[in-house]
Formats: sequence, C-alpha cells, structure tokens
Amino acid sequence: MEIQFAGFGGQGIILAGYLLGKAIAVYEGKSASMTQSYGPEARGGACSSGVVVSRNPEELVDYPRVTRPDILVVMSQEAFSTYLPRLKPEGTLLYDADLVNPESIPEGVTAYPVPATRLAETEIGKRIVANVVMLGALVVLTRVVSPEALREAVRTTVKPDYVELNLKALEVGMAYAQNLLQPQEV
Amino acid sequence: MSNAVLTGTHFMLGDHACAEGAIAAGCRFFAGYPITPATEIAERMARRLPQLGGVYIQMEDELASMAAILGASCGGMKTMTATSGPGLSLMLENIGLGIMLEIPCVVVNVQRGAPSTGLPTLVGQGDVMQARWGSHGDYEIIALAPSSVQEMFDFTVLAFNLAERYRTPVILLADEAVGHLTERVVIPPPEEIELWERPRPTVPPEEYLPYATDESLIPPMALAGEGYFVHMTGLTHDERGYPIINGEAHERLVRRLLEKIRKHAPEIIRYEEVLMDDAEVAVVSYGITARSALRAVREARRQGIRAGLLRLITVWPFPEDQIRELSRQVELFVVAEINQGQIRREVERAAAGQVPVAGVHKLGGTLITPDEILEALWVRKP
Repeated sequence: MEIQFAGFGGQGIILAGYLLGKAIAVYEGKSASMTQSYGPEARGGACSSGVVVSRNPEELVDYPRVTRPDILVVMSQEAFSTYLPRLKPEGTLLYDADLVNPESIPEGVTAYPVPATRLAETEIGKRIVANVVMLGALVVLTRVVSPEALREAVRTTVKPDYVELNLKALEVGMAYAQNLLQPQEV
Repeated sequence: MSNAVLTGTHFMLGDHACAEGAIAAGCRFFAGYPITPATEIAERMARRLPQLGGVYIQMEDELASMAAILGASCGGMKTMTATSGPGLSLMLENIGLGIMLEIPCVVVNVQRGAPSTGLPTLVGQGDVMQARWGSHGDYEIIALAPSSVQEMFDFTVLAFNLAERYRTPVILLADEAVGHLTERVVIPPPEEIELWERPRPTVPPEEYLPYATDESLIPPMALAGEGYFVHMTGLTHDERGYPIINGEAHERLVRRLLEKIRKHAPEIIRYEEVLMDDAEVAVVSYGITARSALRAVREARRQGIRAGLLRLITVWPFPEDQIRELSRQVELFVVAEINQGQIRREVERAAAGQVPVAGVHKLGGTLITPDEILEALWVRKP
C-alpha cells in the first residue's frame, strides 16, 4: 500500500506523511516507511511525502519509495498535474477543492474533493491545520489507519499547546468526509 | 541521565536514529561541520548532548572535526563526527592518524552523489573505496553499511563497540536514502544494550608501554591525565610511542596494525543471507540498495529463478572467504550498488574467475529499483 501527499512547502505535507506513517508503524504495529522530498525553498516550493506500508507486518518495507500510489492526496495544482499520472488505475484521489481544478480524472479513480484549507479557516480559524483536516478526511474515506491511532500520533508528535487544535482539525476532516459518504438525498 | 537512552518505539528519521545510537553507546563528544545529508545528525547531537552533560562542538571544518574527536577520545570519551563524501575527503588525513595511533572513534559518512559537491540532497554509494583506501599507506578499516532506520541505531552502537574493542576508527557508511528515511525504531532499555570498552592498562604507570601488546595485538589504552606517560606520534613508533625511523620498526608496527584487524576479521565480519541455501545466483548488495535487491530476489523466486541475497553488513573487512565459498555453489554473482562497480571488483577478486560476476550500477541521484535488479537475474530463468 502506497500513499503520496503532495503540495507546496508550508502546507504541512511532510508532517501529514509523518503522522500517518507513525500512526501505522507505531500505533498499529505494521511496518511502514516514510520518505520526503522538497526543494531548497523553505516555503512555496514543490513538496511531497510518501508512506509505504508492508503487506506483511513482520517484514520491513522492501522498497521504501512510493512508485505507484494507491492513494494520492494533493493540495496544489502543480502536485495534481505531477502525481496524477502515477496514481494506480483503481486508486483513490483526495484533492483540496479550492486549490486544485481536477481537469481530467481517469475513469476508475475514486476522487473526493475536500476543501481542507477552507475548512481549517472557517471551522478552526487556522489554515495551518489544513493538512490535519485532510488527514481526518483520509481516514474516513480510505480506512488506511484507525482514527484512534492517528489521534495518538497527533498527541505524541505536535507540541503540547497545539494538540487540541490538531485533534479538532482531525474531527473536522472526519465529519466532512462522513458527510461526503452519505447517500445524496433526492 | 535517565533520558540518555530513549527506550521505546519511535517513528524516527535515519539520521536521528544514528545520533540516538551514538548516545546509547555512551558517546558524549561530537565535533562536526554540517553537510547535507548528514546535518540532521549534528542537529540532534547539538540538542541532546548538552542535556546529558556532553559536548557538541561545531568546528571550523572537517579536518579540525576529525582532530577534535581523536583528541577527546584520548581523554577517554566516546567520540563521533558525521559528514558526507566531501567532508570525508577532508577527514582522511586524520583518520590515518587515528589508525596509526589506535584511537577509537566513529566517523559517519551519509553518502550522496559524487564526485566533488555532486548531488548534495540525493543518494549515492560511491564512497566505498574512499572509505577503504582514502588515507595514505597500507591499513585496514572497519566500515558498516546500514539498510534501515533501525540499523542506523543498531550499527552505530556496533560501530562504537568495534572501535573500542579494536582501538581503531570505524566508519558508518550510510547513504542519503537511509539517512533521510523515517521508520519505526525500537530502542531497548539501557541494560539490554551491550557495550564494549577499550582495553585498559593493568600495570602501574612506571611499567606501562603504550604500544606493547599481547597476542590480541590490541594495546591497552591509558587515558590522558590519569598518571600514565603516553607519547603519541604519527611517525613510525616503538612500544614506548617514540619515533623510530627504520624499516624494521615500520615492519613491526604496520604489520601489527594490519594483523590486528585481519586476525580478528572472523569476529568482525557480518553479513546476512536470505534464500541462499539452494541459490544458483547470488545478489550481493548493501545499504539502501539491499532492500531493492531483497524484493528482486523474492520476485525472481516467484518466477522460478533460484536467487538469493548476500547482504553485506561490514563492507570492510570484506567477507571474501564467504564469496569464495559461494563460488563453489552459485553460477552467477550479481552486484547491485549505486556506483560503477566498487564492490563488484571485490567480488570478482574473491571469486577469482570461478564464477561470472555481473553488476547493476547507477551513478547516484536515484535508487536502483527492484525491477532493474530482476532484469539482471532473467539470464537464469528456467
């Protein structure tokens, strides 16, 4: 199982990968590797992180870099263009609906628009937690990890003053995704 | 000092795991000069060592960094520096001094694309021969190649243990991919981490000869300031440590320094074999590339190719006896490494024409993929 996060520097793309990887590797006891890539800029440059989960929890991930993601999370138009061709034909795509215009999504791909940055601003008042809102949505839409493992990863990773804020961001993302999954009323 | 060993399960960067391994091994002195992709080791040491009463010094360059860790080790501390290829080039002069003076210390090289400043942020494995022969003269070196974040921790502890036991600089030959990888690391309780200490004098100061040895060929080490008279020089020296400039003395000293490692090579050399029992083709690899090799070998087995993996843990000393042994079993060696054949030549040398040796090589910047290794195994397809 391969999960790719991509966007630009400053959006918390690497933290998103770290939190997901930690939740899977430490709190669910599976074998997971996380890699990251970014340019020389502190903010604004292309940025990505990837998590590879081993099929066998007893075995180390053999090749730790994402090659064909099963799940792709994009938070910029550039990331969408760069990484969409690599997504598996039956893969799942999450995109920030206000930052990405999904021109052409291949048939077979399940795509979910998640306005994570807007939700972070309106529901929490801090756009810096957009990455964690996105993670909350990811958990509900893909069940790649349990919500509790992810909460535990947040509690043990972010600075104590920001734990509540990030846990709230998780819940906002999860609630939004649950809503997405509700059958549309006619 | 209860927080010296971070016992528990972590999701940790490879470079940070290296720093924690050093601290768990008792390292309390780090001198270095930051360089991508090893900077995170220095950063972690800069934050952690002062908490533990240790010393972190950012030196003016890598020559001085290496000199500082030699000096502090003579004072009895366990010491480390961390760099990448360009920095190792500058450290080699003093690594030779450390070998000549038999000073335990650990030098981490997180390899990146080279030559020169090359590819600062991207992977390479091109410093294997630099680690072996980079300093001048005949000498033996110990170098370990970690393939995972857990091994960044474990092998750093091992590097300290080997450095102490054999009184020699040890190189941790990591690579950018492992250094910048984040994975689960289990750090055991301190009482479960086995630590070896350098041999110490058992005679009173007036009877002590700094470079006199028993059959172990490893001289007991008196520390600066504890009352023993120690003379140290990079010149060829006698048992007192005094310079003595002639061929016989040189033969005696340098022969012992070589034999000190060669004699103990069977207990120093470490490797891992996977699916080798009935293998007809052996993939030889190390570091990050060994993980691609493992996937290739498993996939080859699914395709009916009897492939196995010999993963080097000690790149130096090179396990040439094992290669010689395998030459009687396998029909092909395939060496996978992100350089143009540095270990392949060692395999060819040890196989001595008995078995053909192929290679899967890259220059650096990208990993060798499992498919690229698998293709090299197809010649053995039934």
